[in-house]
Amino acid sequence: MRVGLVFDIGGRGDKSFNDAAYRGLERAARELGVVAEYIEPGEGSDRESGLRLLAASGFDLVIGVGFIFSDDLYQIAKEYPHVHFACIDYAKFDAHGFVVPPENLVALKFREEEGSFLVGALAALMSKSHTVGFVGGMDIPLIHKFEAGYKAGVRQVCPNCRVLSGYAGVTADAFRNPAKGKELALAQYAGAADIIFPAAGSTGLGVFEAARQEHRLAIGVDSDQYAEAPGSILTSMTKQVDVSVFETVRALKERRFVGGVRTFGLKENGVDYVYDAHNRVLIPAGVRAQVEALRKKIIAGEIVVPDRESSHGG
Amino acid sequence: MIGSFVGAVLRISVPYSLAAVGGVWSERSGVIQIALEGILLGAAFCATLGAHATGSALGGVACGVGCGALLALLYALCVVVGRGDQIVCGIAINLLVDGATRFFLKLKFGSSSNSPRVVSWEQLPHPAFFFIAVAVFLPIVSAFILSWTRFGLRVRAVGERPDAAASLGVRPTRVRLVAVVLSGAVAGLGGVWLAVDQHQFVAGMSNGRGYIALAAMILGKWRPLSAALAALTFGAAEAIEVTLQASGGGAPVWLVQMFPYVLTLIVLAGFGGRSIAPAALGKSEQ
Repeated sequence: MRVGLVFDIGGRGDKSFNDAAYRGLERAARELGVVAEYIEPGEGSDRESGLRLLAASGFDLVIGVGFIFSDDLYQIAKEYPHVHFACIDYAKFDAHGFVVPPENLVALKFREEEGSFLVGALAALMSKSHTVGFVGGMDIPLIHKFEAGYKAGVRQVCPNCRVLSGYAGVTADAFRNPAKGKELALAQYAGAADIIFPAAGSTGLGVFEAARQEHRLAIGVDSDQYAEAPGSILTSMTKQVDVSVFETVRALKERRFVGGVRTFGLKENGVDYVYDAHNRVLIPAGVRAQVEALRKKIIAGEIVVPDRESSHGG
Repeated sequence: MIGSFVGAVLRISVPYSLAAVGGVWSERSGVIQIALEGILLGAAFCATLGAHATGSALGGVACGVGCGALLALLYALCVVVGRGDQIVCGIAINLLVDGATRFFLKLKFGSSSNSPRVVSWEQLPHPAFFFIAVAVFLPIVSAFILSWTRFGLRVRAVGERPDAAASLGVRPTRVRLVAVVLSGAVAGLGGVWLAVDQHQFVAGMSNGRGYIALAAMILGKWRPLSAALAALTFGAAEAIEVTLQASGGGAPVWLVQMFPYVLTLIVLAGFGGRSIAPAALGKSEQ
């Protein structure tokens, strides 16, 4: 069985999303004995040709790492009905709303709002100024999920807390604009926020730099980002992209691949937050216990975390 | 709040201003400067690499400025000496730098996303103050040189009527080479600031600022002071947007984001006074 993977911008070595997908692929190669190959596209149309190349050369499963592949994978999956496809963070929308993927395409989605809820609650419990911040990359529904969950988490434990929120832009470039991220963060810190959660790709690195400069805190995203700014990262909201890749390969190997939407939340260990030797000193035991109690409630279905705000101002 | 807003306006304007004034130098000599984006990015990368390798902030600044000048020299060799199409060669430089910085980032720092934090940048005591001062000072100096010195006159002459300048013994090729390299060094300083402000390099961190600077240059009618002022206007619009968002009022951010572009379109359409490009801009000399 042959599995091909096409990376998002950044490719291998992004210490985040792409690397996590690659870990899942590596593990599948090791434990399931599949043949794994990958393509690191440059800009724009390279992505589509990468997917086509793999689909046309007889791969059994072709994986696109990132929402940016949604349209291309939807189209190519229809053209190659005998090849299986997977799209991480699939988000194809048309005038009528969400477009359900075809049978040979599985949309691997994460309930980022659940992980964001927990770090939101943690931030609110830790905030001395009762003001926390959120910095989004591109202003799109995928990122609104982070914001909505984070705000709901804040409100759950601190109804009077304020959440300052900002977006870097409206194009994919907004995910790699650290200078803008830093300015957004500096403005929020100046507005009394003491902890900021960026969901903004490498734009978030600017938020970390602002946190370090202003001696405040920030929260990492997607993977454990402690090493980017040691001492300034309260925790990270992690997405287990590697688990979703591995599980998809295993499903195909065991002939139980099903297309459609598959979501990974707290219950499936698809999202989580970091609590380890690095940040244990920052988080009091009582706060940790409160957040863990919330985790149990979400898993039990007692708390339903919103994935968008009822009135999103943009 | 006011203080932090003014600070944001000035910090955001630094790369716009320096790249726009760099653009003026090249374009007044008759060479279109689309490569500003690549120069910003390349300079940011070399500055990071330089500061990392030499362990000195000044070493980093020198590497960044040198890289900007070298990229501009490469561009000038293509279009001034080789007489290649200026738009095509400029875009080629931008694409080359985008790929090359990623390649060397991975090679040197083992990441396709960003370099580690470069501690030696902390040797600069007040980096923002220093770069803001430079971004104010260089447009003034450039305006003076362009308007009042023999070299400035030659740059303007080869940008308007290279044949007439040549008949008086000025060598257009040589003057343009110098002007374009100067353009790269000035714009390179803008790239250095991007790296200094973050204390690291991030892939693609120029993020279209070179093109915004190009618009500021045109808005400023190819004059250094006006271009810097246009850059300041763009910086102010962005700072207003950032501050509005942080105020949590649910302000229409997209409206403010549109402002610089609408302003540029209005000026280019001929309102707000005529904006005339150097007559020989984009033409290879005979």
